[in-house]
Amino acid sequence: MTAESGRVPPGAPVVELRDATVRVGRRVIWSDVSVAIAPGEFTAILGPNGAGKSTLLKVLLGMLALESGSARVLGAAPGVHRDAIGYLPQHRDLAAAGRIQGREIVRLGLTGAHWGIPVPIVGRRRRRDESGRIDEVLDLVDARAYADRPFGELSGGEQQRLLIAQAVVRHPALLILDEPLDSLDLPNQAAVVRLIREVCSAQNVAALLVAHDVNPLLPALDHVVYVANGRASQGPVREVITTANLSDLFGVPIEVLSTSDGRLVVVGQPEAPHHHGHRHEYQGRE
Amino acid sequence: MTSPSASWNPVWDLRQLLAYPFMVQAFAAGTIVAVLAGAVGWYMVLRRQTFAGHTLSTMAFPGAAAGLLFALPGALGYYLACGVAAVVLARRPDAHDSQGGIQSARIGTVQAVGLAVGFVLLAMSHGVLGGLDGLLFGSFLGVTDTQVWVLAAAAAAILGILVVVGRPLLFASLDPEAAAARGVPVRTLEIGFMLVLGVTVAAATQITGALLVFAVLVSPAATAQRVAGRPIASMVLSVACAVMIVWLSLACAYFSPFPLGFFTTTFAFLAYAAARWGRLPRRRAGAAVVA
Repeated sequence: MTAESGRVPPGAPVVELRDATVRVGRRVIWSDVSVAIAPGEFTAILGPNGAGKSTLLKVLLGMLALESGSARVLGAAPGVHRDAIGYLPQHRDLAAAGRIQGREIVRLGLTGAHWGIPVPIVGRRRRRDESGRIDEVLDLVDARAYADRPFGELSGGEQQRLLIAQAVVRHPALLILDEPLDSLDLPNQAAVVRLIREVCSAQNVAALLVAHDVNPLLPALDHVVYVANGRASQGPVREVITTANLSDLFGVPIEVLSTSDGRLVVVGQPEAPHHHGHRHEYQGRE
Repeated sequence: MTSPSASWNPVWDLRQLLAYPFMVQAFAAGTIVAVLAGAVGWYMVLRRQTFAGHTLSTMAFPGAAAGLLFALPGALGYYLACGVAAVVLARRPDAHDSQGGIQSARIGTVQAVGLAVGFVLLAMSHGVLGGLDGLLFGSFLGVTDTQVWVLAAAAAAILGILVVVGRPLLFASLDPEAAAARGVPVRTLEIGFMLVLGVTVAAATQITGALLVFAVLVSPAATAQRVAGRPIASMVLSVACAVMIVWLSLACAYFSPFPLGFFTTTFAFLAYAAARWGRLPRRRAGAAVVA
Protein backbone atom coordinates (compact mmCIF):
# COMPACT_ATOMS: atom_id res chain seq x y z
CA MET A 1 0.00 0.00 0.00
CA THR A 2 2.93 2.42 0.32
CA ALA A 3 3.99 4.73 -2.41
CA GLU A 4 7.42 3.10 -2.35
CA SER A 5 5.93 0.16 -4.23
CA GLY A 6 5.59 2.45 -7.22
CA ARG A 7 9.13 3.92 -7.24
CA VAL A 8 10.92 3.31 -10.48
CA PRO A 9 14.65 2.55 -10.62
CA PRO A 10 16.76 5.69 -11.22
CA GLY A 11 16.87 6.68 -14.84
CA ALA A 12 13.86 4.61 -15.86
CA PRO A 13 10.87 6.57 -17.18
CA VAL A 14 7.91 7.16 -14.88
CA VAL A 15 5.51 7.00 -17.80
CA GLU A 16 6.16 5.20 -21.06
CA LEU A 17 3.76 4.79 -23.96
CA ARG A 18 4.88 2.85 -27.02
CA ASP A 19 2.97 2.91 -30.31
CA ALA A 20 -0.22 3.28 -28.29
CA THR A 21 -3.63 3.48 -29.93
CA VAL A 22 -6.91 4.23 -28.19
CA ARG A 23 -10.38 3.66 -29.49
CA VAL A 24 -13.55 4.85 -27.79
CA GLY A 25 -16.56 3.21 -29.36
CA ARG A 26 -15.85 3.22 -33.08
CA ARG A 27 -13.68 6.30 -33.04
CA VAL A 28 -9.90 6.09 -32.92
CA ILE A 29 -8.90 8.94 -30.60
CA TRP A 30 -5.18 8.78 -31.35
CA SER A 31 -2.80 6.17 -32.68
CA ASP A 32 0.90 5.24 -32.65
CA VAL A 33 1.69 7.52 -29.75
CA SER A 34 5.03 7.20 -27.98
CA VAL A 35 5.75 9.26 -24.88
CA ALA A 36 8.33 8.94 -22.09
CA ILE A 37 8.47 10.99 -18.92
CA ALA A 38 11.42 10.89 -16.50
CA PRO A 39 11.16 11.21 -12.69
CA GLY A 40 10.83 14.77 -11.41
CA GLU A 41 9.92 16.16 -14.83
CA PHE A 42 7.23 18.75 -15.33
CA THR A 43 5.29 18.01 -18.51
CA ALA A 44 2.25 19.72 -20.04
CA ILE A 45 -0.22 18.08 -22.39
CA LEU A 46 -1.47 20.57 -24.97
CA GLY A 47 -3.87 20.30 -27.83
CA PRO A 48 -7.24 21.43 -29.13
CA ASN A 49 -10.52 20.38 -27.54
CA GLY A 50 -11.57 16.85 -28.26
CA ALA A 51 -8.06 15.81 -29.31
CA GLY A 52 -7.86 13.23 -26.54
CA LYS A 53 -5.87 14.91 -23.77
CA SER A 54 -8.11 13.65 -20.98
CA THR A 55 -8.20 10.27 -22.73
CA LEU A 56 -4.43 10.11 -22.38
CA LEU A 57 -4.77 10.71 -18.64
CA LYS A 58 -7.42 8.01 -18.37
CA VAL A 59 -5.12 5.51 -20.04
CA LEU A 60 -2.32 6.34 -17.60
CA LEU A 61 -4.72 5.98 -14.66
CA GLY A 62 -5.76 2.53 -15.87
CA MET A 63 -9.36 3.59 -16.48
CA LEU A 64 -9.23 3.01 -20.22
CA ALA A 65 -7.49 0.15 -22.04
CA LEU A 66 -5.29 0.57 -25.10
CA GLU A 67 -6.39 -0.87 -28.41
CA SER A 68 -2.79 -1.66 -29.30
CA GLY A 69 0.71 -0.77 -28.19
CA SER A 70 1.97 -0.74 -24.63
CA ALA A 71 1.73 1.50 -21.62
CA ARG A 72 3.91 1.38 -18.50
CA VAL A 73 3.28 3.58 -15.51
CA LEU A 74 5.79 3.49 -12.65
CA GLY A 75 7.25 0.31 -14.11
CA ALA A 76 3.99 -1.65 -14.32
CA ALA A 77 0.75 -1.78 -16.26
CA PRO A 78 -1.48 1.29 -15.71
CA GLY A 79 -3.69 0.94 -12.63
CA VAL A 80 -1.26 -1.28 -10.71
CA HIS A 81 0.42 1.49 -8.75
CA ARG A 82 -2.67 3.58 -8.10
CA ASP A 83 -1.44 4.40 -4.64
CA ALA A 84 1.69 6.02 -6.01
CA ILE A 85 -0.22 8.39 -8.30
CA GLY A 86 -1.71 11.66 -7.13
CA TYR A 87 -4.62 12.58 -9.38
CA LEU A 88 -6.39 15.91 -9.57
CA PRO A 89 -9.51 15.55 -11.74
CA GLN A 90 -10.77 18.40 -13.86
CA HIS A 91 -13.18 21.06 -12.70
CA ARG A 92 -14.61 19.32 -9.67
CA ASP A 93 -17.73 20.47 -7.96
CA LEU A 94 -17.25 19.53 -4.35
CA ALA A 95 -20.21 21.64 -3.32
CA ALA A 96 -21.49 18.64 -1.37
CA ALA A 97 -18.53 19.14 0.91
CA GLY A 98 -20.29 22.25 2.22
CA ARG A 99 -19.23 22.72 5.79
CA ILE A 100 -16.76 19.85 5.84
CA GLN A 101 -13.35 21.21 6.82
CA GLY A 102 -10.64 21.63 4.23
CA ARG A 103 -8.39 19.38 6.31
CA GLU A 104 -10.92 16.53 5.97
CA ILE A 105 -10.87 16.90 2.18
CA VAL A 106 -7.10 16.39 2.33
CA ARG A 107 -7.59 13.40 4.64
CA LEU A 108 -9.68 11.70 1.92
CA GLY A 109 -6.53 11.49 -0.18
CA LEU A 110 -4.68 9.77 2.66
CA THR A 111 -7.21 7.28 4.06
CA GLY A 112 -10.36 7.80 2.01
CA ALA A 113 -9.88 4.53 0.14
CA HIS A 114 -9.40 2.44 3.30
CA TRP A 115 -12.10 -0.04 4.28
CA GLY A 116 -13.38 -0.25 7.82
CA ILE A 117 -13.08 2.39 10.50
CA PRO A 118 -10.08 3.08 12.70
CA VAL A 119 -10.21 1.27 16.05
CA PRO A 120 -10.63 3.99 18.69
CA ILE A 121 -7.80 3.27 21.14
CA VAL A 122 -5.39 1.06 19.22
CA GLY A 123 -5.64 3.36 16.22
CA ARG A 124 -4.73 6.49 18.15
CA ARG A 125 -1.07 6.42 17.19
CA ARG A 126 -1.86 5.93 13.53
CA ARG A 127 -4.35 8.74 13.72
CA ARG A 128 -1.64 11.01 15.13
CA ASP A 129 0.71 10.04 12.29
CA GLU A 130 -2.06 10.81 9.82
CA SER A 131 -2.66 14.22 11.31
CA GLY A 132 1.06 14.89 11.23
CA ARG A 133 1.26 14.04 7.55
CA ILE A 134 -1.77 16.19 6.79
CA ASP A 135 -0.19 19.16 8.60
CA GLU A 136 2.96 18.59 6.57
CA VAL A 137 1.22 18.81 3.19
CA LEU A 138 -0.89 21.72 4.40
CA ASP A 139 2.38 23.55 5.09
CA LEU A 140 3.72 22.46 1.71
CA VAL A 141 0.79 24.07 -0.12
CA ASP A 142 0.66 26.93 2.40
CA ALA A 143 -2.95 26.20 3.37
CA ARG A 144 -2.56 25.81 7.13
CA ALA A 145 -4.30 29.13 7.82
CA TYR A 146 -7.65 28.11 6.35
CA ALA A 147 -7.52 24.31 6.61
CA ASP A 148 -10.04 24.22 9.46
CA ARG A 149 -12.59 26.37 7.67
CA PRO A 150 -15.54 24.84 5.75
CA PHE A 151 -14.37 23.80 2.29
CA GLY A 152 -17.43 25.31 0.62
CA GLU A 153 -16.61 28.76 1.99
CA LEU A 154 -13.08 28.90 0.57
CA SER A 155 -12.07 30.70 -2.61
CA GLY A 156 -11.30 28.80 -5.82
CA GLY A 157 -7.57 29.25 -5.31
CA GLU A 158 -7.71 28.04 -1.71
CA GLN A 159 -9.79 25.02 -2.70
CA GLN A 160 -7.34 24.17 -5.46
CA ARG A 161 -4.41 24.27 -3.02
CA LEU A 162 -6.24 21.86 -0.71
CA LEU A 163 -7.06 19.54 -3.62
CA ILE A 164 -3.40 19.56 -4.63
CA ALA A 165 -2.55 18.72 -1.03
CA GLN A 166 -5.04 15.83 -1.27
CA ALA A 167 -3.28 14.60 -4.42
CA VAL A 168 0.23 14.72 -2.93
CA VAL A 169 -0.52 13.57 0.62
CA ARG A 170 0.52 9.96 -0.04
CA HIS A 171 3.98 10.86 -1.40
CA PRO A 172 3.11 9.99 -5.00
CA ALA A 173 5.86 9.40 -7.55
CA LEU A 174 3.66 10.80 -10.30
CA LEU A 175 1.20 13.66 -10.16
CA ILE A 176 -1.52 13.82 -12.82
CA LEU A 177 -3.46 17.07 -13.01
CA ASP A 178 -6.37 17.69 -15.38
CA GLU A 179 -6.68 21.43 -16.01
CA PRO A 180 -5.51 22.53 -12.57
CA LEU A 181 -5.49 26.20 -13.63
CA ASP A 182 -9.07 26.20 -14.80
CA SER A 183 -11.27 28.86 -13.18
CA LEU A 184 -8.36 30.46 -11.33
CA ASP A 185 -7.41 34.11 -11.77
CA LEU A 186 -3.96 35.00 -13.14
CA PRO A 187 -2.10 35.44 -9.82
CA ASN A 188 -3.52 32.14 -8.58
CA GLN A 189 -2.58 30.40 -11.83
CA ALA A 190 1.01 31.53 -11.42
CA ALA A 191 1.01 30.54 -7.75
CA VAL A 192 -0.38 27.06 -8.45
CA VAL A 193 2.19 26.47 -11.20
CA ARG A 194 4.96 27.54 -8.80
CA LEU A 195 3.52 25.26 -6.15
CA ILE A 196 3.41 22.22 -8.45
CA ARG A 197 6.97 22.97 -9.57
CA GLU A 198 8.09 23.14 -5.91
CA VAL A 199 6.39 19.87 -5.06
CA CYS A 200 8.07 18.22 -8.05
CA SER A 201 11.52 19.41 -7.05
CA ALA A 202 11.13 18.86 -3.31
CA GLN A 203 9.84 15.30 -3.56
CA ASN A 204 11.21 14.27 -6.98
CA VAL A 205 7.68 13.84 -8.29
CA ALA A 206 6.96 13.84 -12.00
CA ALA A 207 4.00 16.08 -12.88
CA LEU A 208 1.86 15.68 -15.93
CA LEU A 209 -0.80 18.28 -16.48
CA VAL A 210 -3.40 19.19 -19.05
CA ALA A 211 -3.86 22.92 -19.58
CA HIS A 212 -5.87 25.28 -21.74
CA ASP A 213 -3.45 28.14 -21.59
CA VAL A 214 0.21 27.38 -21.91
CA ASN A 215 1.50 30.83 -20.87
CA PRO A 216 1.31 30.48 -17.08
CA LEU A 217 3.11 27.14 -17.40
CA LEU A 218 5.99 28.21 -19.62
CA PRO A 219 8.38 29.34 -16.86
CA ALA A 220 8.11 25.95 -15.14
CA LEU A 221 7.81 23.43 -17.97
CA ASP A 222 10.40 20.84 -18.93
CA HIS A 223 8.55 19.02 -21.68
CA VAL A 224 5.45 19.33 -23.78
CA VAL A 225 3.27 16.55 -25.13
CA TYR A 226 1.00 17.80 -27.84
CA VAL A 227 -2.05 15.93 -28.98
CA ALA A 228 -3.79 16.82 -32.24
CA ASN A 229 -5.29 15.21 -35.32
CA GLY A 230 -5.15 11.68 -33.95
CA ARG A 231 -1.44 11.92 -33.13
CA ALA A 232 0.63 12.92 -30.18
CA SER A 233 4.26 13.72 -29.81
CA GLN A 234 6.64 15.04 -27.27
CA GLY A 235 9.54 17.42 -27.05
CA PRO A 236 11.36 20.03 -24.98
CA VAL A 237 9.57 23.38 -24.65
CA ARG A 238 11.87 25.30 -27.04
CA GLU A 239 11.36 22.77 -29.80
CA VAL A 240 7.61 22.38 -29.52
CA ILE A 241 6.49 25.88 -28.62
CA THR A 242 7.24 27.58 -31.94
CA THR A 243 5.10 29.67 -34.23
CA ALA A 244 5.12 27.11 -37.02
CA ASN A 245 4.44 24.16 -34.74
CA LEU A 246 1.54 25.64 -32.77
CA SER A 247 -0.16 27.17 -35.83
CA ASP A 248 -0.03 23.78 -37.45
CA LEU A 249 -1.21 22.02 -34.30
CA PHE A 250 -4.26 24.20 -33.65
CA GLY A 251 -5.02 25.03 -37.27
CA VAL A 252 -5.11 28.78 -36.62
CA PRO A 253 -2.34 31.39 -36.76
CA ILE A 254 -0.45 31.50 -33.47
CA GLU A 255 2.68 33.46 -32.71
CA VAL A 256 5.37 32.59 -30.21
CA LEU A 257 7.30 35.64 -29.07
CA SER A 258 10.45 35.83 -27.00
CA THR A 259 10.64 38.55 -24.34
CA SER A 260 13.80 40.50 -23.58
CA ASP A 261 14.59 38.27 -20.61
CA GLY A 262 14.32 35.18 -22.78
CA ARG A 263 10.81 34.03 -21.75
CA LEU A 264 8.34 32.75 -24.31
CA VAL A 265 4.86 34.18 -24.78
CA VAL A 266 2.22 32.49 -26.88
CA VAL A 267 -0.14 34.93 -28.58
CA GLY A 268 -3.43 34.26 -30.32
CA GLN A 269 -3.92 30.73 -29.11
CA PRO A 270 -7.50 29.54 -29.40
CA GLU A 271 -7.46 28.32 -25.82
CA ALA A 272 -7.40 31.77 -24.23
CA PRO A 273 -9.09 31.68 -20.83
CA HIS A 274 -11.94 34.12 -21.58
CA HIS A 275 -13.95 31.55 -23.53
CA HIS A 276 -14.03 29.13 -20.64
CA GLY A 277 -17.75 29.10 -20.00
CA HIS A 278 -18.83 26.85 -22.82
CA ARG A 279 -15.81 24.84 -23.19
CA HIS A 280 -15.70 22.82 -20.00
CA GLU A 281 -18.88 21.07 -20.82
CA TYR A 282 -17.42 19.59 -23.95
CA GLN A 283 -13.97 19.19 -22.53
CA GLY A 284 -15.33 16.85 -19.88
CA ARG A 285 -16.49 14.36 -22.47
CA GLU A 286 -13.41 14.12 -24.58
CA MET B 1 -58.67 4.45 31.21
CA THR B 2 -58.04 8.12 31.80
CA SER B 3 -55.72 9.82 29.42
CA PRO B 4 -52.19 10.16 30.79
CA SER B 5 -50.95 13.54 31.84
CA ALA B 6 -47.49 14.90 32.36
CA SER B 7 -46.60 15.88 35.91
CA TRP B 8 -43.45 18.01 35.44
CA ASN B 9 -41.66 15.38 37.50
CA PRO B 10 -39.39 13.77 34.89
CA VAL B 11 -38.76 10.59 36.86
CA TRP B 12 -42.46 9.99 37.42
CA ASP B 13 -43.20 10.86 33.78
CA LEU B 14 -40.60 8.44 32.54
CA ARG B 15 -42.05 5.71 34.76
CA GLN B 16 -45.49 6.40 33.36
CA LEU B 17 -44.12 6.36 29.81
CA LEU B 18 -42.55 2.97 30.20
CA ALA B 19 -45.31 1.42 32.30
CA TYR B 20 -47.04 -0.08 29.28
CA PRO B 21 -45.33 -2.72 27.13
CA PHE B 22 -46.61 -1.05 23.96
CA MET B 23 -44.67 2.11 24.86
CA VAL B 24 -41.52 0.10 25.56
CA GLN B 25 -41.90 -1.50 22.13
CA ALA B 26 -42.48 1.90 20.57
CA PHE B 27 -39.33 3.29 22.19
CA ALA B 28 -37.30 0.28 21.09
CA ALA B 29 -38.53 0.44 17.49
CA GLY B 30 -38.29 4.23 17.39
CA THR B 31 -34.71 4.23 18.67
CA ILE B 32 -33.58 1.61 16.17
CA VAL B 33 -35.21 3.52 13.32
CA ALA B 34 -33.70 6.81 14.49
CA VAL B 35 -30.15 5.45 14.69
CA LEU B 36 -30.48 3.81 11.28
CA ALA B 37 -32.12 6.79 9.59
CA GLY B 38 -29.69 9.25 11.19
CA ALA B 39 -26.68 7.36 9.81
CA VAL B 40 -28.00 6.37 6.36
CA GLY B 41 -29.77 9.72 5.95
CA TRP B 42 -26.45 11.44 6.55
CA TYR B 43 -24.99 9.82 3.45
CA MET B 44 -28.21 10.35 1.51
CA VAL B 45 -28.16 14.10 2.13
CA LEU B 46 -24.43 14.27 1.38
CA ARG B 47 -25.00 12.41 -1.92
CA ARG B 48 -27.99 14.63 -2.77
CA GLN B 49 -30.28 11.67 -3.16
CA THR B 50 -33.15 13.07 -1.14
CA PHE B 51 -35.55 12.75 -4.06
CA ALA B 52 -34.59 9.09 -4.50
CA GLY B 53 -35.21 8.62 -0.77
CA HIS B 54 -38.62 10.23 -1.10
CA THR B 55 -39.53 7.95 -3.99
CA LEU B 56 -38.46 4.91 -1.98
CA SER B 57 -40.68 6.06 0.89
CA THR B 58 -43.74 6.25 -1.38
CA MET B 59 -43.13 2.58 -2.23
CA ALA B 60 -44.72 1.88 1.16
CA PHE B 61 -48.05 2.13 -0.66
CA PRO B 62 -47.47 -0.57 -3.32
CA GLY B 63 -45.66 -2.51 -0.60
CA ALA B 64 -48.63 -2.46 1.71
CA ALA B 65 -51.03 -3.21 -1.17
CA ALA B 66 -48.92 -6.18 -2.28
CA GLY B 67 -48.81 -7.38 1.30
CA LEU B 68 -52.61 -7.30 1.40
CA LEU B 69 -53.10 -9.01 -1.98
CA PHE B 70 -50.57 -11.81 -1.49
CA ALA B 71 -51.07 -12.05 2.26
CA LEU B 72 -47.38 -11.45 2.92
CA PRO B 73 -46.24 -11.74 6.52
CA GLY B 74 -45.40 -8.57 8.43
CA ALA B 75 -43.61 -5.82 6.60
CA LEU B 76 -42.26 -8.07 3.84
CA GLY B 77 -44.21 -6.11 1.24
CA TYR B 78 -42.47 -2.89 2.29
CA TYR B 79 -39.02 -4.41 2.03
CA LEU B 80 -39.77 -6.01 -1.35
CA ALA B 81 -41.25 -2.87 -2.90
CA CYS B 82 -38.39 -0.68 -1.65
CA GLY B 83 -35.80 -3.24 -2.76
CA VAL B 84 -37.21 -3.44 -6.29
CA ALA B 85 -37.45 0.33 -6.57
CA ALA B 86 -33.87 0.71 -5.28
CA VAL B 87 -32.57 -1.67 -7.95
CA VAL B 88 -34.38 0.32 -10.64
CA LEU B 89 -33.11 3.64 -9.30
CA ALA B 90 -29.54 2.35 -9.12
CA ARG B 91 -29.36 1.91 -12.88
CA ARG B 92 -26.27 3.41 -14.48
CA PRO B 93 -26.68 7.17 -14.69
CA ASP B 94 -26.62 8.78 -18.08
CA ALA B 95 -23.14 9.79 -19.22
CA HIS B 96 -24.33 13.24 -20.29
CA ASP B 97 -26.35 13.89 -17.17
CA SER B 98 -23.88 16.08 -15.30
CA GLN B 99 -26.62 18.15 -13.63
CA GLY B 100 -28.66 15.13 -12.59
CA GLY B 101 -31.69 16.29 -14.60
CA ILE B 102 -32.26 13.01 -16.41
CA GLN B 103 -31.73 11.09 -13.20
CA SER B 104 -34.35 13.10 -11.31
CA ALA B 105 -36.83 12.73 -14.18
CA ARG B 106 -36.28 8.97 -14.01
CA ILE B 107 -36.84 8.96 -10.26
CA GLY B 108 -40.09 10.86 -10.73
CA THR B 109 -41.23 8.32 -13.30
CA VAL B 110 -40.44 5.42 -10.98
CA GLN B 111 -42.46 7.12 -8.26
CA ALA B 112 -45.54 7.51 -10.48
CA VAL B 113 -45.31 3.91 -11.71
CA GLY B 114 -44.85 2.64 -8.16
CA LEU B 115 -47.95 4.44 -6.92
CA ALA B 116 -49.96 3.23 -9.92
CA VAL B 117 -48.86 -0.36 -9.29
CA GLY B 118 -49.96 0.01 -5.68
CA PHE B 119 -53.35 1.26 -6.80
CA VAL B 120 -53.81 -1.69 -9.18
CA LEU B 121 -52.76 -4.20 -6.54
CA LEU B 122 -55.25 -2.65 -4.14
CA ALA B 123 -58.05 -2.86 -6.72
CA MET B 124 -57.17 -6.49 -7.46
CA SER B 125 -57.37 -7.43 -3.81
CA HIS B 126 -60.88 -5.93 -3.54
CA GLY B 127 -59.78 -4.90 -0.14
CA VAL B 128 -59.52 -1.80 1.91
CA LEU B 129 -56.09 -0.85 3.03
CA GLY B 130 -56.49 -0.71 6.78
CA GLY B 131 -54.64 1.89 8.73
CA LEU B 132 -54.17 4.33 5.89
CA ASP B 133 -53.38 7.01 8.45
CA GLY B 134 -50.61 4.86 9.85
CA LEU B 135 -49.28 4.13 6.38
CA LEU B 136 -49.01 7.80 5.52
CA PHE B 137 -48.32 9.48 8.84
CA GLY B 138 -46.90 6.75 11.02
CA SER B 139 -48.04 5.01 14.14
CA PHE B 140 -46.35 3.86 17.29
CA LEU B 141 -49.25 1.81 18.56
CA GLY B 142 -49.16 -1.93 18.18
CA VAL B 143 -45.51 -2.37 17.31
CA THR B 144 -45.04 -6.12 17.65
CA ASP B 145 -42.12 -8.03 19.13
CA THR B 146 -41.35 -9.56 15.73
CA GLN B 147 -41.34 -6.13 14.15
CA VAL B 148 -38.78 -4.90 16.66
CA TRP B 149 -36.55 -7.92 16.04
CA VAL B 150 -36.75 -7.56 12.26
CA LEU B 151 -35.94 -3.86 12.60
CA ALA B 152 -33.01 -4.67 14.87
CA ALA B 153 -31.67 -7.26 12.45
CA ALA B 154 -32.00 -4.92 9.46
CA ALA B 155 -30.35 -2.12 11.41
CA ALA B 156 -27.47 -4.31 12.59
CA ALA B 157 -26.81 -5.51 9.04
CA ILE B 158 -26.88 -2.01 7.56
CA LEU B 159 -24.80 -0.37 10.28
CA GLY B 160 -22.29 -3.21 9.88
CA ILE B 161 -22.07 -2.49 6.16
CA LEU B 162 -21.64 1.23 6.82
CA VAL B 163 -18.80 0.58 9.25
CA VAL B 164 -16.95 -1.39 6.57
CA VAL B 165 -17.59 0.91 3.60
CA GLY B 166 -17.88 4.18 5.54
CA ARG B 167 -14.70 5.88 4.39
CA PRO B 168 -14.68 4.81 0.73
CA LEU B 169 -18.36 5.72 0.53
CA LEU B 170 -17.56 9.17 1.91
CA PHE B 171 -14.73 9.57 -0.62
CA ALA B 172 -16.96 8.35 -3.47
CA SER B 173 -19.81 10.62 -2.38
CA LEU B 174 -17.73 13.79 -2.14
CA ASP B 175 -15.23 13.27 -4.91
CA PRO B 176 -16.15 10.33 -7.18
CA GLU B 177 -13.47 10.92 -9.81
CA ALA B 178 -10.56 11.12 -7.41
CA ALA B 179 -11.94 8.10 -5.53
CA ALA B 180 -12.24 6.06 -8.74
CA ALA B 181 -8.66 6.90 -9.67
CA ARG B 182 -7.54 5.59 -6.27
CA GLY B 183 -9.31 2.28 -6.94
CA VAL B 184 -12.48 2.84 -4.89
CA PRO B 185 -15.30 0.85 -6.59
CA VAL B 186 -17.49 3.92 -6.98
CA ARG B 187 -20.16 2.24 -9.09
CA THR B 188 -20.57 -0.77 -6.79
CA LEU B 189 -20.87 1.56 -3.80
CA GLU B 190 -23.49 3.57 -5.66
CA ILE B 191 -25.68 0.51 -6.25
CA GLY B 192 -25.04 -0.84 -2.76
CA PHE B 193 -25.94 2.45 -1.14
CA MET B 194 -29.24 2.64 -3.04
CA LEU B 195 -30.15 -0.82 -1.69
CA VAL B 196 -29.13 0.20 1.82
CA LEU B 197 -31.30 3.30 1.46
CA GLY B 198 -34.19 1.15 0.25
CA VAL B 199 -34.04 -1.14 3.29
CA THR B 200 -33.63 1.81 5.65
CA VAL B 201 -36.65 3.59 4.21
CA ALA B 202 -38.72 0.39 4.34
CA ALA B 203 -37.78 -0.02 8.00
CA ALA B 204 -38.37 3.60 8.95
CA THR B 205 -41.71 4.07 7.19
CA GLN B 206 -43.23 1.40 9.43
CA ILE B 207 -42.90 3.76 12.36
CA THR B 208 -42.86 7.23 10.82
CA GLY B 209 -45.19 6.67 7.87
CA ALA B 210 -44.40 7.21 4.21
CA LEU B 211 -44.86 10.96 4.21
CA LEU B 212 -43.13 11.84 7.45
CA VAL B 213 -40.12 9.55 7.13
CA PHE B 214 -38.05 12.59 6.22
CA ALA B 215 -38.36 13.90 9.75
CA VAL B 216 -35.75 11.29 10.72
CA LEU B 217 -34.08 10.68 7.35
CA VAL B 218 -33.38 14.21 6.10
CA SER B 219 -33.77 16.79 8.85
CA PRO B 220 -31.22 15.41 11.36
CA ALA B 221 -28.62 14.90 8.61
CA ALA B 222 -29.23 18.32 7.11
CA THR B 223 -29.03 19.86 10.58
CA ALA B 224 -25.78 18.08 11.40
CA GLN B 225 -24.19 18.95 8.06
CA ARG B 226 -24.92 22.63 8.66
CA VAL B 227 -23.15 22.55 11.97
CA ALA B 228 -20.28 20.07 12.05
CA GLY B 229 -17.06 20.25 10.06
CA ARG B 230 -15.74 16.74 10.58
CA PRO B 231 -17.54 13.82 8.92
CA ILE B 232 -17.51 11.61 12.03
CA ALA B 233 -18.73 14.40 14.31
CA SER B 234 -21.37 15.30 11.76
CA MET B 235 -22.65 11.73 11.50
CA VAL B 236 -22.74 11.24 15.29
CA LEU B 237 -24.64 14.51 15.61
CA SER B 238 -27.11 13.37 12.93
CA VAL B 239 -27.80 10.12 14.79
CA ALA B 240 -28.07 11.89 18.16
CA CYS B 241 -30.43 14.44 16.66
CA ALA B 242 -32.67 11.74 15.14
CA VAL B 243 -32.81 9.81 18.44
CA MET B 244 -33.70 12.96 20.39
CA ILE B 245 -36.44 13.84 17.90
CA VAL B 246 -37.97 10.37 18.21
CA TRP B 247 -37.76 10.19 22.00
CA LEU B 248 -39.18 13.66 22.53
CA SER B 249 -42.00 13.14 20.08
CA LEU B 250 -42.93 9.73 21.51
CA ALA B 251 -43.15 11.30 24.96
CA CYS B 252 -45.20 14.23 23.69
CA ALA B 253 -47.51 12.01 21.67
CA TYR B 254 -48.12 9.86 24.74
CA PHE B 255 -49.10 12.76 26.95
CA SER B 256 -51.11 14.71 24.38
CA PRO B 257 -54.04 14.16 22.06
CA PHE B 258 -51.95 15.01 18.99
CA PRO B 259 -50.45 12.37 16.69
CA LEU B 260 -46.80 11.29 16.71
CA GLY B 261 -46.05 12.59 13.21
CA PHE B 262 -46.93 16.13 14.20
CA PHE B 263 -44.29 16.08 16.93
CA THR B 264 -41.54 14.37 14.94
CA THR B 265 -41.83 16.89 12.11
CA THR B 266 -42.09 19.81 14.52
CA PHE B 267 -38.97 18.83 16.46
CA ALA B 268 -37.13 18.00 13.24
CA PHE B 269 -38.01 21.38 11.83
CA LEU B 270 -37.00 23.18 15.02
CA ALA B 271 -33.62 21.44 15.02
CA TYR B 272 -33.01 22.41 11.41
CA ALA B 273 -34.22 25.96 11.99
CA ALA B 274 -31.90 26.32 14.98
CA ALA B 275 -28.94 25.21 12.86
CA ARG B 276 -30.01 27.33 9.91
CA TRP B 277 -30.97 30.59 11.57
CA GLY B 278 -29.43 30.34 14.99
CA ARG B 279 -26.68 32.98 14.98
CA LEU B 280 -24.75 31.32 17.77
CA PRO B 281 -24.80 27.73 16.52
CA ARG B 282 -23.66 28.67 13.02
CA ARG B 283 -20.32 30.14 14.02
CA ARG B 284 -19.53 29.06 17.56
CA ALA B 285 -21.25 25.73 18.08
CA GLY B 286 -19.93 24.69 14.69
CA ALA B 287 -16.42 25.26 15.96
CA ALA B 288 -17.22 23.51 19.23
CA VAL B 289 -18.52 20.36 17.58
CA VAL B 290 -15.53 20.37 15.28
CA ALA B 291 -13.05 20.61 18.16
